[in-house]
Amino acid sequence: MSRTNTQQFIKGCRDGVPIMLGYLAVSFSFGIKALLEHLTVGQAVLMSVLNLTSAGQFASLSVISAAGSYLELALSQLIINLRYCLMSASLSQKVDPKAPFFHRFIMSFGVTDEIFALSAAAEGPLSPFYTYGQMAVAIPGWTIGTLLGAIAGNILPARVLVALSVALYCMFIAIIVPPAKKNRTLAVVIAASMLVSAVFCYAPYLREISAGMRVIILTMVLSVAAALIRPVKEEAA
Amino acid sequence: MSGNVYIYILVMAGVTYLIRMLPLTLITRKIQSTFIRSFLYYVPYVTLSVMTFPAILRETSTPWSGAAGFVTALLLSYKGKGLIFVSLCSCAVVFLLELVLV
Repeated sequence: MSRTNTQQFIKGCRDGVPIMLGYLAVSFSFGIKALLEHLTVGQAVLMSVLNLTSAGQFASLSVISAAGSYLELALSQLIINLRYCLMSASLSQKVDPKAPFFHRFIMSFGVTDEIFALSAAAEGPLSPFYTYGQMAVAIPGWTIGTLLGAIAGNILPARVLVALSVALYCMFIAIIVPPAKKNRTLAVVIAASMLVSAVFCYAPYLREISAGMRVIILTMVLSVAAALIRPVKEEAA
Repeated sequence: MSGNVYIYILVMAGVTYLIRMLPLTLITRKIQSTFIRSFLYYVPYVTLSVMTFPAILRETSTPWSGAAGFVTALLLSYKGKGLIFVSLCSCAVVFLLELVLV
């Protein structure tokens, strides 16, 4: 690794710490749930290592325990994780054009809500090594959390788990607020997104839509609306 | 369970990886359309906003502690504090508030 690559990697590791903490908490509860659904400890950990997706993995447990078909599982994953498709498309524009192409295959594996968020917010072109740094701390967090949850059940007091469960959301806020300070359109887009999301969560009929679908639908509709109303000039996008 | 758990795991891993990999490897050129570029620029902000709120209120034992954590994160990140600091402070606020409320 060249010097800049090392620096980017270390920066990624450092920024990835809150991701790791959040993942520990979430995957811990996933580990507990997986065992309740009769997976073995090894299977739960294997699933975490290979998938690295919270909503998708939780949803898969219900399909597996109901002995659903492989097709049903594949479709449910496709819908729940379709947002990654948008994120990857967004990152495709952000990756440093000078970076060798094969990096994209490895970075793809790390496209989660959190790692995407940090990678997308990085200043200037995205160095693959920044993403790798985050993956290097986040993936062990996700895996070890699953392992601990699966073998130890409830070691951590519930209160601590609850408190840790907001860590990821607060990190999202810390990512989107600073750019919005300098850009009023972004601030409006963020506020509107949260408002509409709340409506979809609580309004009759709309609240029947699953969380995964809600994210996809609102991301499509609101981003299209924002792009039509306030197209971004060349240098900002 | 009738299906093989390992096949289930591989199927979902395959689908999830393809979803992530195809856009990143198929879109290699700089997109010229201002509309699509603007759309992709807004995607992360909309996605993260939608995922954060109101979900953070449902994550905690009472919506009030979640709301307090939310406001704490808003204020601290507005003041330009770093990710770790913001997250840990908000977790602490939630923890302390739940000691009192729950």
